[in-house]
Amino acid sequence: MKTSRRLSIAADALAQIGAVGLFFFSILAAIPKSLRHLLETVRQIWFVGAMSLVIIMTCGLFVGAVLGLQLYDVLSRFGSAAMSGTVVALALFRELGPVVTALLFAGRAGTSITAEIGLMRATDQLAAMEMMAVDPLAYVVAPRFLAGIVAMPLLVCVFNAMAILGAHVVCVSWLGLDNGTFWGNMTATVDVWTDLVNGIWKSAAFGGVIALIATFQGYTTAPTSEGVAYATTRTVVSSSIVVLALDFVMTAFLM
Amino acid sequence: MTQARHSFQIGTGLFILLGFSALAYLATQTTSVANYQQGDTYAIKARFTNIGQLKVRAPVKMAGVRIGSVQSIELDPTTLDAVVMIGIDSRYEEIPDDSAAAIFTSGLLGDQYVGIQPGGSPVMFEAGDEVVLTQSSMQLEDLIGKFLVSGGPAKPGSEPDPSAQDASGPAPEQP
Repeated sequence: MKTSRRLSIAADALAQIGAVGLFFFSILAAIPKSLRHLLETVRQIWFVGAMSLVIIMTCGLFVGAVLGLQLYDVLSRFGSAAMSGTVVALALFRELGPVVTALLFAGRAGTSITAEIGLMRATDQLAAMEMMAVDPLAYVVAPRFLAGIVAMPLLVCVFNAMAILGAHVVCVSWLGLDNGTFWGNMTATVDVWTDLVNGIWKSAAFGGVIALIATFQGYTTAPTSEGVAYATTRTVVSSSIVVLALDFVMTAFLM
Repeated sequence: MTQARHSFQIGTGLFILLGFSALAYLATQTTSVANYQQGDTYAIKARFTNIGQLKVRAPVKMAGVRIGSVQSIELDPTTLDAVVMIGIDSRYEEIPDDSAAAIFTSGLLGDQYVGIQPGGSPVMFEAGDEVVLTQSSMQLEDLIGKFLVSGGPAKPGSEPDPSAQDASGPAPEQP
């Protein structure tokens, strides 16, 4: 009895992964058709990207500030407080920028995508579109997927820039690190391709994965208010897990 | 209707512009791209008996301020010493031609750079000039080795020292 139940849970998980994979390919197939609704993609970039700017910028400022504070304190124990700027920039560009932005993005944009599509499902709007021969994959899902891929790298750039400013304020203006030392050590060590651009690739992948999970959860939700609530929760939980796991895999390949 | 459409299009455009300007700011201000010379440089030559870990594009500093970078490092096949071409930004053209060049290490184990200490000559360096007074990099291993062998700092003149200054003039002071 117990083993059969476990087996069915495992089979459910496998079926879920398979369904996400199939959904991914059907989005890819719908992308050419969705380019006819390019304005919808632009609207989604506005919605998931530009509307997330406030939270991204605020969090970036504080993440950078606390990194500067912590690293200055720890590095001065080794007499290398001068490297604070370098370590802040490397940690941000390579890891913290893409990952923290992705987690915020999942919470801010992923949930609203799931809730929106889920309510469309619950109120039969998706069925109505199909009746009118409008493909909901091309008109609703693909624009949000594309918007996730486009918006995330831009948000990461803004996050990183704000975090560097935050670290600069803490290290230079507050703790009294020399301004030239802060920038000079940073520019001497940080490489534009291996450090900055690799983080950008990662963030584009995170954006696609979060948008995929969010649209899938909304699209396949149970058409009840409870179902939409569960779907929204699952979006945050599974995108967080997938982002962190994918981060490890991508880092291993990109390094 | 068209008004509403316009507002989010403009907003999206601004967002994309902001993202790309943030990327441009990060790429040009916080990475090594910032060290590529913008503008003209002139090259002067310096000979060292030992350059240690000095690398091409290492900074050249005077009074701690970056004034240029190392352009090339080659071995002179006849004199068997290292010829380092130093590119100095054109705005720092007033450097006396009896200035001394030395290879320093930033911090205890940091990267190496060329430090230039100003002289007092009224004649300034021109492109292609050679720095006469040079001091090679301090090799930590040599210092430790000498200390272990002799039980103290080496006596002056007791042995040929590859890391000592060139014979051509008084050594610049060690900071």
